[in-house]
Amino acid sequence: MDSPFGLLAELTYRCPLACAYCSNPLNMADYSDELATDEWRQVLVEASDLGVLQCHLSGGEPLLRRDLVEIVAHANDLGLYTNLVTSALGFSRPRAEQLRAAGLDHVQISIQADEPAVSDRIAGIPSYRRKIEAMGVVKELGWPLTVNVVLHRHNIDRVADLLALAEEVGADRVELANTQYYGWAWRNRDALLPNRAQLEAAEVVVRATRERLRDRMDVIYVIPDYYSRYPKPCMGGWASRMLTVTPNGDVLPCPAAQSLPLPRASVRTDPLARIWAESPVMTAFRGTDWMPDPCRSCDRRELDFGGCRCQAFQLTGDATRTDPVCHLSPDHDLVARAVEEANTNSRAGDLPLIPRPHRAPASSPDNTR
Amino acid sequence: MDPTTTRPRVSTSDRPRLARHVRLTFSRTRQQHILLHPETVVVLNASGADILELCDGRHTVTEIVAELGARYQTVPDDEVRRFLTRLVTRRCVELADG
Repeated sequence: MDSPFGLLAELTYRCPLACAYCSNPLNMADYSDELATDEWRQVLVEASDLGVLQCHLSGGEPLLRRDLVEIVAHANDLGLYTNLVTSALGFSRPRAEQLRAAGLDHVQISIQADEPAVSDRIAGIPSYRRKIEAMGVVKELGWPLTVNVVLHRHNIDRVADLLALAEEVGADRVELANTQYYGWAWRNRDALLPNRAQLEAAEVVVRATRERLRDRMDVIYVIPDYYSRYPKPCMGGWASRMLTVTPNGDVLPCPAAQSLPLPRASVRTDPLARIWAESPVMTAFRGTDWMPDPCRSCDRRELDFGGCRCQAFQLTGDATRTDPVCHLSPDHDLVARAVEEANTNSRAGDLPLIPRPHRAPASSPDNTR
Repeated sequence: MDPTTTRPRVSTSDRPRLARHVRLTFSRTRQQHILLHPETVVVLNASGADILELCDGRHTVTEIVAELGARYQTVPDDEVRRFLTRLVTRRCVELADG
């Protein structure tokens, strides 16, 4: 068993945005009893002792936590590399200055499209202008900036303009991540899944931009796994390199794993080190012993680890199956059918996106609206 | 840099420094030096860590090689440059001209 390198600290699932591609859990009420500041401090200490070096502060919108600056400062004191993953709503200049002083290392800001009206429509709230302003503040205060865009059928044709925008705001890295179909995104899958022509056109643009901006901007492109021959090496292997702590203190190998029928493990009841080493949610799919064929006898089992357990469960109802994305999977037809539908002309009219009813409660102290 | 060059070349007069979004740290758990990047980690061996500790934007590559020569028996200049070139390609190290 390895030590984890990274902690994904899901500070809250509250969020001012209502993106149709949201992959967070649907059962928001289960996460409303959020860890207190001291509990997060303890999580950070235990994570650091376990070998964690990077702390991704995410959600939901982490800026909705009033104690974010304290949490960052504590992580920084422990020597962790801190990365804020934010929609930028609530990233005011004074707050940014406090985070800078607390030692925050890196900021990642999402944007939904390059054009204000389109971005606001996908986010479900007027937010484009504030995001651009926040990107300016990030650069002005001397942080490295990553711009993140979740790609899907409704914005993937804009990749060239999205990259131009990232260049214009001075991003050091841009992540173009095709939608992963978990949580709310699963409900919108058929409306979000791009067609093959869209993907091919986007990839041409990405390759050319990468070449042109090699020394100035990293362009990370996450392919849509529905279109690949082999599954993604999900999380670098189950409970191998990363761990997630959810807003209520549940510990998971990845945020989507809350959907699996595995017993809960919580930092409120057990030490993190014991959970990492022994709890069923961590050991269920660690290594390769759990694998059925075709994975068990496959040369790639140490390369892709059988793909994503959550996707296997979502599509087949059995988390031990080979990820159906793999062309060798006996269930591959489930993916092939969705891809075929996305490529039939009769569907080109495009289904509507169902926005996530996901507003931060009005009582939230840091409500940014 | 000329966009037509295939990869950045590190010369002996360059003064390398860590990019501002990376951090060099020591992992107590692993007893190893690690280079931290927003999304990735690079586990370093002892000489790699020694090289990067000297990447402060003041030492030239020649000076780094000389410094390491005092600690290790042999430090081939081209090996240090290859190591740094790989990290420049991954945008972990930046070069200031000599």
